[in-house]
Amino acid sequence: MAETAEIQAESQFEFVTFSAGGQNFCLEITQIREIRRWTPVTALPHTPDDVLGVMNLRGAVIPIFDLAARFGLGKTVDDERNVVIVAAVESTTIGLLVESVSEILSVDTSKIQETPDIKSEATRHSILGVIPVEETMVRVVNLDAVLNAMQSVPA
Amino acid sequence: MSGPSIRDTFFEECEELLEALVEGLSQMEEDGQNMDVINAVFRSVHSIKGGAGAFGLDQLVGFAHTFETVLDKVRDGEIAVSEPLMSLFHRSGDHLSDLVAAARDGTDTQAETEAALTAELEQHLGEDAEEEEFSFDALTLDLDAAPPLAELQFVIAFSPHRALYQNGHEPLLLFDALAELGQIEVTATHDTLPDFDAFDPDDALLSWRITLTTAESETTLHEVFEFVEGLCDLTISTEERPAEIIPFEPMTELGDSDGDASADHPPSPDPGAAANAAPVCKSTTSSAAKDARGPKPTLRVDLDRVDRLINTVGELIINQAMVSQRIEELDIPTVAHLTNELEAYKLLARDIQEGVMAIRAQPVKPLFQRMSRIVREASDATEKKAKLVTVGDATEVDKTVIERLADPLTHMIRNAVDHGLEQPQTRIEAGKDPTGTIRLSAAHRSGSVFIEIADDGAGLDRERVLAKAIEKQLVPADADLSEPEIDNLLFLPGFSTAGQVSNLSGRGVGMDVVKNAVQALGGRVSITSQHGKGTTFTIVLPLTLAVMDGFVISVADQTMVIPIASILETIRPRTADIHPVGTDCEVVSVRGSYVPIIDVAENLNLADRITDKTTGILLLVETELQGLVALRIAAIHDQRQVVIKSLESNYAAIPGVSAATILGDGKIALILDPEELIRLAQSRGPDPVNQLPRMELRHG
Repeated sequence: MAETAEIQAESQFEFVTFSAGGQNFCLEITQIREIRRWTPVTALPHTPDDVLGVMNLRGAVIPIFDLAARFGLGKTVDDERNVVIVAAVESTTIGLLVESVSEILSVDTSKIQETPDIKSEATRHSILGVIPVEETMVRVVNLDAVLNAMQSVPA
Repeated sequence: MSGPSIRDTFFEECEELLEALVEGLSQMEEDGQNMDVINAVFRSVHSIKGGAGAFGLDQLVGFAHTFETVLDKVRDGEIAVSEPLMSLFHRSGDHLSDLVAAARDGTDTQAETEAALTAELEQHLGEDAEEEEFSFDALTLDLDAAPPLAELQFVIAFSPHRALYQNGHEPLLLFDALAELGQIEVTATHDTLPDFDAFDPDDALLSWRITLTTAESETTLHEVFEFVEGLCDLTISTEERPAEIIPFEPMTELGDSDGDASADHPPSPDPGAAANAAPVCKSTTSSAAKDARGPKPTLRVDLDRVDRLINTVGELIINQAMVSQRIEELDIPTVAHLTNELEAYKLLARDIQEGVMAIRAQPVKPLFQRMSRIVREASDATEKKAKLVTVGDATEVDKTVIERLADPLTHMIRNAVDHGLEQPQTRIEAGKDPTGTIRLSAAHRSGSVFIEIADDGAGLDRERVLAKAIEKQLVPADADLSEPEIDNLLFLPGFSTAGQVSNLSGRGVGMDVVKNAVQALGGRVSITSQHGKGTTFTIVLPLTLAVMDGFVISVADQTMVIPIASILETIRPRTADIHPVGTDCEVVSVRGSYVPIIDVAENLNLADRITDKTTGILLLVETELQGLVALRIAAIHDQRQVVIKSLESNYAAIPGVSAATILGDGKIALILDPEELIRLAQSRGPDPVNQLPRMELRHG
C-alpha cells in the first residue's frame, strides 16, 4: 500500500480523531482544511443517499458526504455536535459530515498497524490502517477511497 | 529563466508575428505600394527567422529565409505585386504558420508543399538565389540588388528609452553596426544629465546624434534599429551629398571631407524640419509612426492568475449581495446614507467585475484572420473563387468563447464556400461577380455577441433540403413546413445536403455539431436564406461565460436558477388549458397547439409531481430534441445575474444541472439545463443511479 509507505517515511504524525456511525476514525491533520459547524446544504438531484448536497465554502461549491452512510453505517442522526470536516485531496475539496470531533492525536508511525485482514475488500480499501488508543481502535480514513467511490456516480 | 520558457515565449511571439503577417498580406492586396505594409510583412517573417535561428529550427529558418528574400525584392521594387504573387505569399504564410506549429509540437509538415512553394518562390529570385547564404544577420540580408545610389549623408537622432536598456540592448552595438555601413560620426548629448544627487542610474539619459555617410538605403539603416523599434525615439533624415563636393571617390578621402560635410550642415535642432526643407529629403519618425499604427502596449499575464481574480471578484459580488440582504433583514429605520453607501458599494463591485471580465475579453481578429486561410483552401479545393470580408474584427469576446468557436466557424466557412457559393461560370450566368464573397462579421448587440457568416451564393435550395430530410426520415413525408422550419432542418443530426460528398465538407460532421458547440457556449445559431442572394448564419453568444442572466425559481422546496436565454415565455395556465394524455402525461394548449409538460421536480427526483394543476408556472422552452416543451416549476421569484460555479471541479456532473451559483443569502442554487432535463424526461425509466452497484462497507 503506497499510502502506508508514505506515512511510514516520517516518524511522528498528527491525526484528528472523530466519530462517525458510532465508530472512531481519524484523518491526517494535513489533509484537513477546516472544521465547520453543520449548516443545511443544497440537495443534489440524482445522487446516492450519502451525498447530502453542496455547500458554499467561501465561494467554492463543495460536496458534503455523510461519512457514516458512505461507510454503510447508516445515516448520521441530526445532532448539535455534528460537524463538517473539510478535507482536500490534490485539487478536490470535499466536506465530510461526522458525529463529533474528539481530539488531536500525535502518533509514532510504528504504532500504526496495517488494517487487519478482514474479509470485506471494500472496507480494507477504505481504511489505511488502524491505531490503538488506550482501549479503543481508531481507523485511518483513506480519503482517496471516499473520493473514488464518489466518481463512480454516473455523469 | 529556463530553456523551455524562452522557447514558449518565442512561440507566443510567433503567433503574434504570424497574425501581423496575415494582416499585412491582406493589406498588401489592397495597396501593394504601401512601403510601411511591405516592411511590416518583411519584419514579421524576418523576426520569425531570427528567433527560429536562435533555437536551431533549421527547416523554419530555411523556408523563412526564402520567403523573406522574395519579400525583400518586392520591397526594393524589383518584383511587382500581382495577384499570383499575393496568392503565393498567402500560401507561403500558411506554410510558415504550419512550420511554426510543427516546430512547437515536434510534428512533421508536408515536405512536398514546402518543396513546391520554395521552388515557386525561387522562380521570383532569378539567378542570384543560389548565391544566397542563410544568415541571421539583418545587415547582410539586403541583396546587392538596389541600384548603386549616390552617397547619402544621414543624420540620425537616437534617444533610447529606459526600456531599451531594460531589454538588454546596447547602443554601442548599434553604432558598430552602423559603422559597417559607412563613415560614421557619433556625438553624445548629455545636456539632459541631472545633478549627481538626482541621478537615477537606471534611467536613459543620454541621446546621440549620428552622422553617417553611406551608399546604403534608408531601409537598411532602419533595419539596424529594427529590434529597438518602440524602445527609442529615432529620426533618420537623409540628404544627398552635394555631388560637387564629393564625387564618387574612394572611402579614404571621405574621411577627410567628412568634417567639412558636417560643417556645411551644422546639426539642425530639428532634423525633421531640415528634412522637410529639401525636396530630396525623406524623414521618418519611427516611434511616432509606431504609435499611430502599431499595437497598443500589452502585458502578458498567466491565464490562471486572471481566472483566480475573476473568481475572487465573483465572491465580492456575492458578498455584496449578502451584506445588502443582511442589512435589509435588520430592518433598521430608513437610514438614507446607509442605503446610498450600499448602492455605491454595489455599483463599485459591478464595475470591478466588468473590468476584470474585460481582461479575458479578446478581439476576434486572430480568429477571423485564420478563416481567410480556410476560405483560400476551400476555394482551391472546390475550384471556386472566393474572398473573405471581415467586419468588426475588433469586437471583443471571452477568450474561451474564441477558442471554442474556432472549430464551428471553420466548419461553417467551409460550408459557405462548398455549399453556399456557386461555380464561377454559374455566377457569371446569374450576373454576379465570379468571385464569391464570404462576409464574416462580429458585433456587440444588447449584451450579446453576434457573429454572422454570410455568403452571396445561390441561397438554400429548400425543395432539395426538404426532399433530403424526408429521404433520411427526419420529417414525415407529408410534412407541411414553413420556410424557416425547412431552413432549420439543416441543424438536425445526420443531415447533409451535398449531393456528392466532397472531400471538403460532408465529412460526417454536420451543422448539428456546430449547433451543439454553440449551445455549449450558451449561445444559439440561426439561419436565413434568400433565393439567389445567399445564406446567412447568425451565432448569438453571451459576452462572458462567468455570469449569466437567470430566473430564480423554486422547484419543490428548492431554489434554483434557469437561464433566461432558453425561455421563450412563461405561462400561468388555467386548469382548462391542461389536458391529460394517457396515464402520466399532460399537455398544455398554447395558442391552439398542444405542448407537452415536463415536471422539473419529478425529473430531478425531488418530489412528486405537482398534482394541483392551477398552482405552478410553466416555462416554455424550445428544444432541439422535441421542439416546444413546457417545464413546470413551483414559482418564479426574481430575475438576476448569477455567477456560474462549476459542480464538476469538486464533484461530478449531475444530469439536468449545468452548474451552481451562490445566492445573496450564501446558499447554493443549482442552475438547470433545460435541454438535458428534457433529454432526461424522455429517457426516463427506472432511475439509473439507484441501479448502480453500491459500495457496501461495514465495520464490525
